[in-house]
Formats: sequence, structure tokens, C-alpha cells
Amino acid sequence: MEEQAKDYSHINGWGIDADPKNDPTYPMKHRTNEEHKGYSWERPPQQPITMEVLHSIERPNVTAVYGTAMPPSGLSGMIRRFAFKHSENSYLHWLPLLVADRVNVVEGLIEDVAEGKVPNIFSEKGYSADWDHNRSGLAVRAAVGAAVVGAVVLMCAGEKNRKRWFNQLMDR
Amino acid sequence: MLAMNYRGPKRVRIDQKPIPEILHPEDAIVRVVRSCICGSDLHLYNGNVPDTRVGSTFGHEFVGIVEEIGSDVHKLKVGDKVIVPFNISCGRCAFCKQELYGNCHESNSQATAVGGIFGYSHTAGGYNGGQAEYVRVPYADVGPTIIPEGMDWDDAVLLTDVVPTGYQAAEMAGIQKGDTVVIFGAGPIGIMAARCSWLFGAGRVIIIDKEDYRLEFARNYSQCEAYNFMDMEDPVVFVKKTTDWMGADVCIDAVGAEAAGNVLQTITGRKLLLQAGSATALHWAINSVKKGGIVSIVGVYGPTDNLVPIGNVVNKGLTIRANQASVKRLLPRLIDHVQNGIIKPKQLITHRVPLEEVADAYRMFSEKLDNCIKPVLIPPTAHA
Repeated sequence: MEEQAKDYSHINGWGIDADPKNDPTYPMKHRTNEEHKGYSWERPPQQPITMEVLHSIERPNVTAVYGTAMPPSGLSGMIRRFAFKHSENSYLHWLPLLVADRVNVVEGLIEDVAEGKVPNIFSEKGYSADWDHNRSGLAVRAAVGAAVVGAVVLMCAGEKNRKRWFNQLMDR
Repeated sequence: MLAMNYRGPKRVRIDQKPIPEILHPEDAIVRVVRSCICGSDLHLYNGNVPDTRVGSTFGHEFVGIVEEIGSDVHKLKVGDKVIVPFNISCGRCAFCKQELYGNCHESNSQATAVGGIFGYSHTAGGYNGGQAEYVRVPYADVGPTIIPEGMDWDDAVLLTDVVPTGYQAAEMAGIQKGDTVVIFGAGPIGIMAARCSWLFGAGRVIIIDKEDYRLEFARNYSQCEAYNFMDMEDPVVFVKKTTDWMGADVCIDAVGAEAAGNVLQTITGRKLLLQAGSATALHWAINSVKKGGIVSIVGVYGPTDNLVPIGNVVNKGLTIRANQASVKRLLPRLIDHVQNGIIKPKQLITHRVPLEEVADAYRMFSEKLDNCIKPVLIPPTAHA
């Protein structure tokens, strides 16, 4: 009550949408009980199904319209088809989809190379934004990356090579 | 045409793609004039949303000019300037008839929980989005709304998602005059939710985040209190203390899956993907609200499970309200608010970036570089 006595005149529009009737269902839903009639509405015309459209097994059909971006293909497509044999209620639906997404990334790289395109990872990751606005962060990231790569190379090298490189380094 | 092309987690580029065609009599093709990167696009960008396919174009916040219409489109004509809600809705199913336009049952074959959304993975229908020069817009007589005379593109593009989602967050919160509202997350949605909480008569509005520049922005734009949780030992105790040990009347989760602030949630939710994102903000909201209070969720999570203290929801007798914003339902009221100067959406825009630099824009927004609040992409066709 104390708060209501405050002056909110400096806040443009204060209280203009206040609605004491706003209870947990109003006004989110204009209640018509349409759903009680079941799957009975007059459906829009069906978009011709000209490609493979995976649909949830929690519905009987493909929706009247659907997105046409990237139909399933390759190994990732096979994994996605498996996922769509299981309901949205199941981890066997969602986890294979996440796996398929990662497989799809590798497929994308292969596809790029097959088309003679070498992906510009620096540009795709937007590092020029770091160059413009976070140069020190980018330098730290590059140094850490170089250190990790160096360590991996060193670990992969045989014991003999490792000793030789170490000795050469010390000689300098 | 030029379009954003997703190549994998944290990798996107601009590529040439075919201009979309009419595939259904109720379709329209819209030439994009402005599109935004949304905080929820970062869930896709980070590879956290299942069925995000390489080669897809993101973008569910866009406005533009109608270039072509299908044979069964009657309310739009070529040349109309339109706001395109992020939800794709048929207007005829049981859910659309109840104004639940975010839950349409005739626009998303792949999942039943949510209706179709432009450029938001195959889990939201597999539609290409608006971070491109042209977009196919299904059910063109239902969602798209003609931009009123005098409203500029920058205000209009934020009416596709940011303003309605922020407004609905406050609306779902059932705010009564004098209520204390605590909002977790000072991104564009949280900032807008804070602004809109006043419209419902809030007595006190508090926003909590970890980025000082965003808190400063919220303090000025939303005229609310703003606090950094990095300065607190425990944000829940902070909220209790500042509300005379009662808790807030209402808490809003305006963060979703990318939340920081809890190591366990971050590792299991964001790094290992063992849960559908990090539920830190929701966790705090449930624990900060007073007994019998309302938690409103507009932060986006993935479709699997999250670790939240559901026992406290029961024991405190809380009401949880959540949904994707029903943009079409809210637009008439929100257009009025913008035209009357009550909401000033375009003040949220901090960066205007050519579409060709989409990768840098994602990086900047994702890493919060250059005090970025809201980046808008401008395609070359915007100037045609």
C-alpha cells in the first residue's frame, strides 16, 4: 500500500495497462474451448510435399505449411530419421538430433572442400569483431591456442624427437 | 540473394542462396529491410538447439516490403511495408483461434510444443529466416501487419519480437499496482520487460544482470533499479533483503539457456549439454519470489530437461506462466504505445551492421563486445 502512494508521474504511461482481472489465465488465452472439439478445424490447403519432411510422431501428419530449409541428407539425415521414430518425450529423439547436428558440421566442411571452397574459419567465427573491439582478448586466445597446439605436437612427437628439440632449444 | 549461412557452432558466414519462391497459395515473399540478431539466436549459434542444420539461415525478427503474393493472399499487396511476427500462425487451428499464435498447430511438423518460427531450426519448423535479402512468409494474411504511416523501420523491426516478448513477460506476471517486480537478465527483452512492468502499475522494478554496461542502459531506459549479481554473495538473499525479507511479488526470467552465475548450471547446461541450457535465472526467480507469487518465463530453453527447484514451486504455492509471445495478439496495443511515445523501441539499437558482416555481428553480440545491446542487420536490398 505504501508503494501505491508513491508518485510515478515521471514514468510515461505508468499504470495504463493495469488490469485487476489479470489472473493466471487471462488475458493470455481467449478461451473458446475450440480444442475440446479435437483435431477438427478446417485445415488450410496442404503445401505440396516435394521433399522429405520429417514429422513428430506426436502428430498424425505434416502441417499445412512447412519449412524447406535443408532437407535431411547424408549420415546426419540417417540419424535424424532415426530420431524422428521416437517421440518428443524421449531422449532417443533429442540426443540423436544433437549428434546429427555435429555430424552435419563435418559434412558441411567436406561439402565446402568438395566445391573447392576453403572455409575461412577466422572470418566465419567473426574474429574481426575481436580485432576491432577486444584485441587483447584475441591475443590471449591466440596464445592459449598456440600453446595447446604446441603441447599436442610435442606429446605426439616421439621421445627421441622431443629430446632433440629440447636440446636444440637449450643450445640457443 | 545474400543470406546468412550457419556452418556449425559459433561459425556463420554470408553466402549466395536462391531467392525464395511462393510454395503455397497463402505465401508472400518479403524483401527484407531490417533484421535483428536476437538473444535467442545465440542458442542456435552456440549449437544448443537440437536439429539446427548446417546451411540454414537464421533470423526471426525482420521487417520488409512485400515483393510477391500467392493466389490466396487478400489482405496484403505488393509494395506493402510489413511487420512480420516471429511466429508463423495459420489463424484457423484451435490454438490460433484462442489467440495462442505462438502455439499454432499448422506450422511446425517437427515438434508439437511450439508453432513455426522463422529461422529457428527444424525444431521450430525448418523455415529459413530473415537474416537474408528475401524471405518466404507463409500465411501472409494472418501474421504480417502493415506498418503504420510515420513509423520508421527501426521501431517496426523491434515490434516483431523484442517489444511483444518484453510486454508479454510483464503481462503474464499478473502485475498489480504497487507490486515489486524483479527481472533477471538485462538483455533487450529484460530491459523491455522492465519498461513494460511500469505500464501495469508496478511499484518497484529491479533488474539483475552481470554486465555493468547493460545495467546502466536499463537504469536509464527502463527507469528501474539495476544491480550486478557479481557484487552479491547470493542474489536470492539480496532480493529477500531488499523486499523486507518477503521476496518479490513477481519474478521474470528474461535470460533462458545462456545464463551465467552458477558453475554447476553452466557446466551441465552450456558446456556439456546435459540439460537444455543453464537454468540459473529460473532457479533464482523461483527462489526469489514471495510465497504465492508469480514467475513469468520468456527466456528460451531447449526441449529437454532442466534442473530447477520444482519442490519450492510447490511449497511456496507459486504460479508459473510462460509462453512464446503471441505477437499478433499484442501488436495493435503495442503499435499504439509506440505511436503515442510510451514505448521507444529503437533506442535499444546500439549497432547497425551490413548483412555482409553477419559473422562479426554475431561475435560482437555473443561476446558482448563494444557495449552491444541490440544489433540490427541491414541487407543491401534495403536501399533498393
